Amino acid sequence: MLDAAPSKKPLVEVRNLKMHFPIYAGLLRRRVGEVKAVDGVSFDVYEGETLGLVGESGCGKSTCGRALLRLYEVTDGSITIDGVDIATLSNSDLREKRPTMQMVFQDPQASLNPRMTVQAIIQEPLDEHTTLSTKEKQQKVYELMDAVGLNRRFAGRYPHAFSGGQRQRIGIARALALNPKFIVCDEPIAALDVSIQAQVVNLLEDLQEQFGLTYLFISHDLSMVRHIATRVAVMYLGKIVELAPREALYASPLHPYTEALLSAVPEPDPSLEAKVERIILQGDVPSPANPPKGCNFCTRCPKVMPICREVEPQTREVRPGHFAACHLHEITSQPAGKTAAQEANERQHGE
Amino acid sequence: MHDGGRPVLEVQGLKTVFRVRGGEIHAVNNVSFDLKPGELLGVVGESGSGKSVTMMSLLGLLPSPPAEVRDGKVLLDGQDLLKADEDTLRDVRGGKVGFIFQDPMTSLNPVFTVGYQIMEPLRKHMGMDKKAAKARAVELLELVGIPSAEQRLSDYPHQFSGGMRQRVMIAIALSCDPKVLIADEPTTALDVTIQAQIIELMKELRQKLGMAVIWITHDLGVIAGIADRVMVMYGGQVVEHAPVRELFGNPQHPYTKALLKTVPSVRGERVRRLTIIEGQPPILGAPPSSCPFRDRCASAVEECARRNPSRTAIGKGHDVACVLVEQKEAAHA
Ligand SMILES: Nc1ncnc2c1ncn2[C@@H]1O[C@H](COP(=O)(O)OP(=O)(O)OP(=O)(O)O)[C@@H](O)[C@H]1O
Ligand code: SF4
Ligand SMILES: [Mg+2]
Repeated sequence: MLDAAPSKKPLVEVRNLKMHFPIYAGLLRRRVGEVKAVDGVSFDVYEGETLGLVGESGCGKSTCGRALLRLYEVTDGSITIDGVDIATLSNSDLREKRPTMQMVFQDPQASLNPRMTVQAIIQEPLDEHTTLSTKEKQQKVYELMDAVGLNRRFAGRYPHAFSGGQRQRIGIARALALNPKFIVCDEPIAALDVSIQAQVVNLLEDLQEQFGLTYLFISHDLSMVRHIATRVAVMYLGKIVELAPREALYASPLHPYTEALLSAVPEPDPSLEAKVERIILQGDVPSPANPPKGCNFCTRCPKVMPICREVEPQTREVRPGHFAACHLHEITSQPAGKTAAQEANERQHGE
Repeated sequence: MHDGGRPVLEVQGLKTVFRVRGGEIHAVNNVSFDLKPGELLGVVGESGSGKSVTMMSLLGLLPSPPAEVRDGKVLLDGQDLLKADEDTLRDVRGGKVGFIFQDPMTSLNPVFTVGYQIMEPLRKHMGMDKKAAKARAVELLELVGIPSAEQRLSDYPHQFSGGMRQRVMIAIALSCDPKVLIADEPTTALDVTIQAQIIELMKELRQKLGMAVIWITHDLGVIAGIADRVMVMYGGQVVEHAPVRELFGNPQHPYTKALLKTVPSVRGERVRRLTIIEGQPPILGAPPSSCPFRDRCASAVEECARRNPSRTAIGKGHDVACVLVEQKEAAHA
């Protein structure tokens, strides 16, 4: 549904992906409901691009990223990576596919085994998936350490001897070990200091160019995503509400949530900051176990209309390559005949 | 908003050291600053630069051992808190000085109701009876924008969202009409839209209550929007200090300059390549005998290795600790 520029080739195609987690309660641990962490998202990631996935905590970004790599059994939908549907693959076929897709995690501290040396950590995927000799593996580990800017002399050290930024480099080296095509970066800089974040982001950019990598870059940092992403998808409460090329999204957001989100970002420049027109959203994000009827955002939307509380808006390509799921844009982009939206609006107004 | 009058808080030459296995960590080294009534002082710096230890030292909040406040003066309305006994400090904390910490989940006690936690300081510091404390608690929750305040008094912290808990923390910090509010990364754990709510709330409250605020953050954007003055910390020291517009418009310390360039923006021009600061911040095992930023500084000269530069005034309310700046000033004089 969400494919734009035809000249580009999608490496990853996600269609109507759902990831629902059951909620159990009571003495008998009966299933009483489900958390709709990801609830029907569709998007493509083109070869060689960085798709930014932004949104606030709990909106389903990480779940979406993890589901893409089949770290969960998905509830519904399809995920095609390089022509193969990952969502329904058998475990043995999945194992074969694993090397092409990797993940870099938020917390470099927690994602590295503290009892393994850097050498062993980076080498582990090679042990599991290749038949390289010990010497070849050693050589490969050195090359990876060079690529991410770690001194080869530190190969025998343990993770605790490294700073946060260096640990993130170890994680990246490990993710690169099997020459992947696609890497999900889940908040890779969130745990790092400002001055170290830029180091890691520049490294990710260099590696992308060097190895032709495709990234899904998950982050709540809208400024950094503007820097690194080719296109950006905005998630709210389990759904993608807007997806557009970077500059289109930042310069002319269509969805009221994207507008509010961007306006909320503080500007590191007092003269610009004084001019920012801030949209202060009221209230909190509803629980994904009990999302509102109609549009997900209707409980906080400053532009809410009666129809929004009734009918879920469909995702539409409002401008070339610029998608939004919002009734405001549904109406204007569908001139022919009455839309479901208009009809519901009329019903609401008692016509 | 601030009258430039006598400072409510003056910190002079503060030094805090941690004794650890195998030596010492000099977390805060000769930090001085003051705070005027009603103004907002922003404190920025990277992780480990000593922001939190500085503020906790002021209020005697650090466990000793391992912490030791080795030197300095902390004058609150003229009274030296470093010489005060524990009873006096307990009165000051949550009384004249309110504070908010980064993570509202750990700062609120999960086993007590929110109402109890707001009323407790009111009874302790202000000597209110139960009825008066309750009325004030409702007023405070309303002030920070919590709907159906009265019913929510009997709720526990986990029944509130992150943003709501932070509002409760602010309500508690404000409960005894503090003259000074210390907020240590009060919005860092929050989402941007919630952060925007809290910042807006703080601006309103300052208008209404006129207290002085110290706001610690690593987010330059937040500082740009709320601070009157900014203090930049690095390696346990103040490396630059200036009025907010001056700091962003005319930064002089190489660290401040580089830091301002490493952060991308959502509105300004998009740079193709981010500027980076090579290397890592230092952990100081001894008071530095050279500039603590030297290893990472692109402008460093030989002299930077020979001594630790002291803060040099270069303009109205603007001072910088850098050998280059010292040399330039000396040449002018
Ligand atoms: N209890 C402790 N024992 C030993 N060292 C400590 C202790 N608490 C803090 N330190 C050290 O003191 C220095 C300053 O830490 P501080 O927490 O003040 O930094 P900060 O600027 O607040 O950083 P952040 O941005 O991460 O909050 C660091 O080197 C830290 O490791
Ligand atoms: S004193 Fe030297 S090393 Fe330190 S910031 Fe100035 S130029 Fe750089
Ligand atoms: Mg701190």
